[in-house]
Amino acid sequence: MSIKLEDVVKIAHLARLSLPESTLEQYAGQLSNILAMVEKVNELDTEQVEPLANPLDNIQRLRKDEVTETDQHNAFMQNAPASEAGVFLVPKVIETIE
Amino acid sequence: MSQSPLHQQTLSQLASGLHKKSFSSVELTSHFLDRIKQYDNQLNSYITVCDKTALAQAKAADERLAQGNAGPLTGIPIGQKDIFCTQGIKTSCGSKMLDNFIAPYSATLIEKCDTAGMVMLGKLNMDEFAMGSSTENSFYGPSKNPWDENTVPGGSSGGSAAAVAGGLCPIATGTDTGGSIRQPASFCGITGLKPTYGRISRYGMIAFASSFDQAGPMTRTAEDAALFLNAVAGFDPKDSTSCEEPVPDYTQTLNDSIEGLTLGLPKEYFTDDLDSSIATTLNDAIEALKKLGAKVKEVSLPHTDYAVPTYYILALAECSSNLSRYDGVRFGYRCENPKNLTDLYERSRGEGFADEVKRRIMLGTYTLSAGYYDAYYLKAQKVRRLIAQDFHKAFADVDMLVCPTSPTTAFGLGEKTSDPISMYLSDIYTIAVNLAGLPGMSIPAGFVNEKPIGLQLIGQHFQESKLLNVGHQFQTVTDWHSNMPANYR
Repeated sequence: MSIKLEDVVKIAHLARLSLPESTLEQYAGQLSNILAMVEKVNELDTEQVEPLANPLDNIQRLRKDEVTETDQHNAFMQNAPASEAGVFLVPKVIETIE
Repeated sequence: MSQSPLHQQTLSQLASGLHKKSFSSVELTSHFLDRIKQYDNQLNSYITVCDKTALAQAKAADERLAQGNAGPLTGIPIGQKDIFCTQGIKTSCGSKMLDNFIAPYSATLIEKCDTAGMVMLGKLNMDEFAMGSSTENSFYGPSKNPWDENTVPGGSSGGSAAAVAGGLCPIATGTDTGGSIRQPASFCGITGLKPTYGRISRYGMIAFASSFDQAGPMTRTAEDAALFLNAVAGFDPKDSTSCEEPVPDYTQTLNDSIEGLTLGLPKEYFTDDLDSSIATTLNDAIEALKKLGAKVKEVSLPHTDYAVPTYYILALAECSSNLSRYDGVRFGYRCENPKNLTDLYERSRGEGFADEVKRRIMLGTYTLSAGYYDAYYLKAQKVRRLIAQDFHKAFADVDMLVCPTSPTTAFGLGEKTSDPISMYLSDIYTIAVNLAGLPGMSIPAGFVNEKPIGLQLIGQHFQESKLLNVGHQFQTVTDWHSNMPANYR
């Protein structure tokens, strides 16, 4: 499976990563090489094999739906890149119609 | 008999000195802080040094020691990999993305160290988000190997390995997703234990690949690793994948005889890929285990060649999912003057992550994207079971596996940075262990061209005590683990 420049652009957008134009070619080559390396798994017949998601075959444990945490709103806001009145600030998402 | 310098002593020697009041924790901590000042401009093993909090913790430990309510690790300094959240202290994960991140809470492992009365010297360097095998992917520059500063210490826990080997902390923590404790332990001539998946809580340990990640100790000796595992292993309700299996006292079985124990040598791990002088050195180590009464038997792990491909499909898929949380909104790096929300996401992530992390996120995004899931992710999960079954079949015949940790000794700085795949292949002997969730340990087994090399022991699930027992017995008849690099003695 070879990754083309336009594939890199598409994947980068899906992953929300801006990439300088000048690096696309290198990424395309490296991603193609890695994909070629991992293709090896297709040599095996796994028709009768169950997938292994947890190495101990454990089932995900769920806790009871109880309040266990105290309110740490202020502490968590300390790391916000931009905030005001206890909320995170982001660029405007709703465009005004002119 | 004259006492060896504090930075050459094992944890049990240091604990005995503290309990006998031969020195205080403040003196011990100052000794290591002084050494960090003296040597770390060469090694670059620390991202953050916590002088003030360390001395305060040491003072509190001395009070506990004076009051007689100290435990075996009270007052012992430790370096923590910068992947563990530490409340009020920068937790960067080796990334520009988290260069400004002050953790609002502490990881369970950190809390357990605090409860034990350990003294945190600082936060140790690592590959960005633990993705790498050389520590060259750190935003803070590469760490150096104290045995030869022109070589890498391995990775991703390379800062931890360099700091222990150079005597800049008596013990450090690491994390191991595909070999990140064991490979740097091998490169730096120390002992590194990756416990069974789920043995130590992952709460507050920044996630890379959640079905693989596991924390563990990096120490001089197996005995030190056992002491530490006693303090940090166990069930944690805050980690839904942590295991309820009871925790034994790992120090109780260290002195058991290994007479009659059957060690399996996986034939796929002793092929021409392994450097011949390394093979010779490891054979000598295996002979030493035989002299202790162990029996040796060849075993086969037929799906060995599929381990690296399987790992890179699964771990990268999990990575792309885990790292989607870094969005420039709630914490971490945010780009300047975002035009709109998409621009904010894309540039914050594009500028906050470096190359290797971006490569891995993209590959994981690709294999998880519509139409490819079955061909890659599901397929790899099936192969993962075949690889795990290889081990379980082998364990029907033998008690433990013994093999190389790494195909080479420490490689040169910059030697593999331009070729991601050659870097990935430096983990060929460690990766399958993570796919199967088994415990694995690297112990110093000798030197090749004056560079250390490790022997890897692989056990069945939850048999850390067996690994530590064999490691300790090996260390009673060898002294590779007590060697220190000449410039750091």
